[in-house]
Amino acid sequence: MHPAFSVLIFTVTSGAGYGLLAWLGLGQTLGYSQTLTPELQLIMGVIAMALVSVGLLSSTLHLANPKNAWRSFSRFRTSWLSREAVFAIALYPLSALYAAAIFWQWNSINVLAGLCVVLALITLFSTSMIYASLKTIRQWHTPMVPALFMAYALSSGGLLFLSVGYFFAPINNQLLNICIGLVLITLALKLVYFFWQGKPQGATLQTATGFTQASVRLLDAGHSAPTFLNREFGYQVAADQLLRLRVLMVLVAFIVPLGLMFWVEQGATANVLVVAWLAMMTGLLLERWLFFAEARHVVRLFHGEQRC
Amino acid sequence: MKLGLVIDLDTCVGCHACATACKQWNTSGTIGPLSDERPHGKDPSGSWLNRIRTYEVGDSPHSKTVHMPMSCMHCEDAACVTVCPTGASYKREEDGIVLVDQDKCMGCNLCAWACPYGARELDTDSGTMKKCTLCVDRIYDLELPEAERQPACVMTCPTSSRVFGDFDDPDSEVSKLTRERGGQQLLPELGYNPVNSYLPPRNPKQQEKLKVSALQGVKQLVNRLINR
Repeated sequence: MHPAFSVLIFTVTSGAGYGLLAWLGLGQTLGYSQTLTPELQLIMGVIAMALVSVGLLSSTLHLANPKNAWRSFSRFRTSWLSREAVFAIALYPLSALYAAAIFWQWNSINVLAGLCVVLALITLFSTSMIYASLKTIRQWHTPMVPALFMAYALSSGGLLFLSVGYFFAPINNQLLNICIGLVLITLALKLVYFFWQGKPQGATLQTATGFTQASVRLLDAGHSAPTFLNREFGYQVAADQLLRLRVLMVLVAFIVPLGLMFWVEQGATANVLVVAWLAMMTGLLLERWLFFAEARHVVRLFHGEQRC
Repeated sequence: MKLGLVIDLDTCVGCHACATACKQWNTSGTIGPLSDERPHGKDPSGSWLNRIRTYEVGDSPHSKTVHMPMSCMHCEDAACVTVCPTGASYKREEDGIVLVDQDKCMGCNLCAWACPYGARELDTDSGTMKKCTLCVDRIYDLELPEAERQPACVMTCPTSSRVFGDFDDPDSEVSKLTRERGGQQLLPELGYNPVNSYLPPRNPKQQEKLKVSALQGVKQLVNRLINR
């Protein structure tokens, strides 16, 4: 799949935004956020919704005909993209109410925080299901994709929560440990995904053409220059380069942030967490690029690939 | 009704006439122009609703060249319609034709991602998705003589490799051909239940065997035994 930059930005930044909101809301319901000043909570909420907004705006850049984007709320009952749009928009008034509750210290703050967490997670799930629901791309059509999207969002959101929080308040090692645990789980899940992805499976050129008892080779694709299908689905990166990028991704997105978080736990200045967060976001952008570049759509079979 | 095409892989010669006839008819049809980019340039590109690919099946010297025209299969379980967030993609209740409402499409590409057959192509000029309409503006046109109320690709095919009809009617030509020649779906394992049916090339040896009468069969068997 062609990795469109607008979609990479959309999923990574809005993921971090929803993750931060989820951490803030969870912290509220579990009694941690109360130790932060209301101003700090508001700053975090604004950062979260700003990241979400940047992501959503970026996603509209991917549309070839954005003037019809408003229609995307209309097929809530069948389309995950439509659900994602509806939930994403619904979160704005809810998060505004949560912000008001923080500002005026309403009694209903715990309920509003809880609702924000639930809706943020549902939105994240809907985003991931846009990809996981496509049977045509076997690398995406797995329950691991929603799990990974949630894990990335909660890791990057959590790290951002701690980075911003530690600017103003003393370090809470318990929360730092929870975040380290999340990042470790995410890394493990990603490694499992890589191994699973490497296993030969999926549709073949034989089932695609119906000639299941003989070998099939493409002689002629029928066009002299690349078509929409080639540009969108024919994206190809050399295998050794993919491997190098995978290693780089694991280092930047997971190993470096983990190392920095352990360092902070050992007493380094909390500003290091900001560096850790920036590294993780860069790594996650690379991860999302790989997510697209390594996904092989079944249309490639008709253009001569033997197996997807 | 379940309208669709039967494509005979035995007789298709890969002349691309169906694709050009399709482009000519539909570029001035209901879905607006099928725009081209750099049509006379070095790397011309554009939206086509029908593409023909050529494969070598089997290993030389026992290989066969097969031409495979592909357009929308008008799937019974059309994922492109399910994923569409705007409702631009729809499947007609009355005849099963899958269409894109050009006034509603926002060009998000998700339907093209969901389609395993590469039947949908984004028109970069209008920013909307273009696909085979099964010439919905021909097949119901009462102004045309009845014999011409068929898709442009079917009308133009010089070897009559393309047949149009109703798969719900067991006595229609498309149903008979699919039944008698063992018509196949492409990528059946994905479960989209494509309507279009591909007739595999005939096997001459197999055909002869089928023609042999019972008496001839006994004679052949005796001859073979004597030869031994």
